[in-house]
Amino acid sequence: MTIIVKKVTQIICGVIFLYGIYIIIHGHLTPGGGFAGGAIIAGAFILLILSFGSEFLALKKEETGSSLLESSAILVFLVIAVLGMIVGGVGIFLVNFLPKGTVGKLISAGVIPLYNIAVGMEVAAALLTIFLALLIYRDEVLK
Amino acid sequence: MIVYILAVFLFLIGIYGVVVKRNLIKIVIGIAIMEYSVNLFLILIGYVKDGTAPIITDQVSEIVFVDPLPQAMVLTAIVIGLATTALLLAIAIRIYKKYGTFDIREIKNLKG
Amino acid sequence: MQYFIPLFVAVPLGGAFLIAIIGNFLKGFGKIFTSIVLAFLTGFSLYIVFTLQGSLVYGIGGWELFDKIPIAIYMVLDGLSIYLLLIINLIGFLSAFYSISYIQKFTAENNYYTLFCLMVAGMNGVVLSGDLFNIYVFLEMAAIASYALVAFGIEKEELEASFKYQVLGGVSSLFILLSIGFLYWYTSTLNIADISKVIAKKGGSQLVVFSQVILLSGFGLKAAMIPFHAWLPDAHSSAPSPISSMLSGVLIKAIGAYVILRLFFNMFEVSYNTSLVITIIGTLSMVIGVLLAIGQWDIKRLLAYHSISQMGYVILGVGIGMLVLAQNGERAVAALSIAGGLFHLFNHAVFKGLLFLNAGAVEYETGIRDMKRLGGLSSVMPVTTSTSLSASMSISGIPPFNGFFSKLIIIIAAIQAKYYVLSILAVFVSIITLASFLKVQRFTFFNKKGENWIKREPPVREVPFTMCFSMVFLAVLCLALSMLIVPSVRDIVLTPAVDALIEAGEYTTSILGY
Repeated sequence: MTIIVKKVTQIICGVIFLYGIYIIIHGHLTPGGGFAGGAIIAGAFILLILSFGSEFLALKKEETGSSLLESSAILVFLVIAVLGMIVGGVGIFLVNFLPKGTVGKLISAGVIPLYNIAVGMEVAAALLTIFLALLIYRDEVLK
Repeated sequence: MIVYILAVFLFLIGIYGVVVKRNLIKIVIGIAIMEYSVNLFLILIGYVKDGTAPIITDQVSEIVFVDPLPQAMVLTAIVIGLATTALLLAIAIRIYKKYGTFDIREIKNLKG
Repeated sequence: MQYFIPLFVAVPLGGAFLIAIIGNFLKGFGKIFTSIVLAFLTGFSLYIVFTLQGSLVYGIGGWELFDKIPIAIYMVLDGLSIYLLLIINLIGFLSAFYSISYIQKFTAENNYYTLFCLMVAGMNGVVLSGDLFNIYVFLEMAAIASYALVAFGIEKEELEASFKYQVLGGVSSLFILLSIGFLYWYTSTLNIADISKVIAKKGGSQLVVFSQVILLSGFGLKAAMIPFHAWLPDAHSSAPSPISSMLSGVLIKAIGAYVILRLFFNMFEVSYNTSLVITIIGTLSMVIGVLLAIGQWDIKRLLAYHSISQMGYVILGVGIGMLVLAQNGERAVAALSIAGGLFHLFNHAVFKGLLFLNAGAVEYETGIRDMKRLGGLSSVMPVTTSTSLSASMSISGIPPFNGFFSKLIIIIAAIQAKYYVLSILAVFVSIITLASFLKVQRFTFFNKKGENWIKREPPVREVPFTMCFSMVFLAVLCLALSMLIVPSVRDIVLTPAVDALIEAGEYTTSILGY
């Protein structure tokens, strides 16, 4: 890619990442939430790979890492859901057991921001894994 | 009423793409068009006349909201559509490597 | 007690992703962990079968009814759900145990076990959900996992079969979502019990009939009925053998036949036109499936066509019950017919699973699937031969195996309801099934002498222990399931399932309270 694309990517990639985190964390106040923010974060990483390129071994190591991150994010979600069975009510799955604050503040609504963060991590890692898997297949086989 | 008929018409365009076209990638695009049309139809069902976005803020009073349940359904349906399209494309590029063509008239090893 | 219902979905889901993480560090973690998880679920569902009274209702998150409107997402465990949960988890455990030695031929074993656990989690979710959109979400989860599993060994035929399966399955899932949209437009609610109340109050209209037609074609493709059967021979014959037995034995029942039963008995009102259409589709599947199956020479393709025919028996039994109820006939005849259909569902899972596992054992040792090139295997593979003989006698309807009793109940119910043509067709199809399986047994196991197999390099021997265990267990189950005719056993297992469908108001009363 040309020098203009590389320079602009360097400047704007961090801003896109920060914007994705903003949408995930404010998921209980504004539209968006886990899935939309996760897709934006994956877009930031994909932009970096597209404009700078990588060789084959670095891509393979990165795919192992993102695949592990995806599976562990889902396990975090299930652990929070089962934790409600022990701490909160009489053993109710997916119950909201942290204190709910006032409407409109950032730290409120119990467990929902934690679920949003877990889903956002999972979606970003899954989209990055799909992109890397298709890219590795092209480099490895279709030579 | 006419918007619902147009959404179902888009669904029929998608079915035309799946049935008539002979390239594997065009079949995948036909399925994607069908999926977008069903999501559009679900969102249109939830419209209430003169309603605003269903978000509760501090200054809530007698406001009419649109129905938020179809919006939650469509979020889930978009994610499922993403998984379906990704798997279809992964299988399609492997078929191209094995058979050497995208034309479905050449890919007929299983018969009978 | 009802707080443990979500465990049926959460335990395989957590287990699948645990295998994905730990399988990177420990080789061989996946195969042992999957068998342990599925054995735990089988034991738990057996415990619930013996201690269940009535039905258990659980709202996720603990939300209660608000002003008599159900606002929570419900999971409902009644007689029909526990019957299907038992089938899914038992056949799943035996297939996972069989694939401990079968999948060693492939690479990437941990991905296989992850997808297998996800498929079982999705099927458990479909059977337990009390809410129309949740059925769609779990159905897609199980279906996408099965698309990936069909293409697992990446050869030419498997990829082509998986692509055909995916395109047809994707179109049918979109039909189902469209009909959910139409039903939400008419009734403004998604809960199955609430929709039945609203349709009973507002009366049926053209929109409800249109959504019934789209729903029947969407789920008819998942259950492999004629004319929606075109994906089944390719997909079930090209998959690896334990996946073939799971797909043909469990998946087409849990996401096809079960949902048709639940929606058309408990949600929509039983009408004459719909039950006529269902009975005609069942009869056509039964007859055309077996006529297409006679001329096949590939073992797995022949077994796949017979799956269409046997699922036709199940839908025929249920359809006759619906017709009798729609015309206000005797409820005893309808109960007998539906009991025959549900009993045949369990039997088909057991003997078709066993037949596919046998075909897999033959392919694992010899590498050949064409019946004209096989023959004389009975001297070198005694366990496979005897279990295959037991399954063939069971599917053809020879006493004292279980297939005979379920087909007998369906034929007697058809005669009592005065549909003589259907009973004659059922007997005719059973005779042709017997002829077809005599051909399979002769050409595969008994035709020639067995010395060539011992002289081959490497010599053909009996299959390893884990594969033998699954096949022998299923063959014993083929004989033991005939005990479901005995009234004391039948009242524990089969009668709650039939009551959940025939008692018209009981499903809604247990959820809504009125």
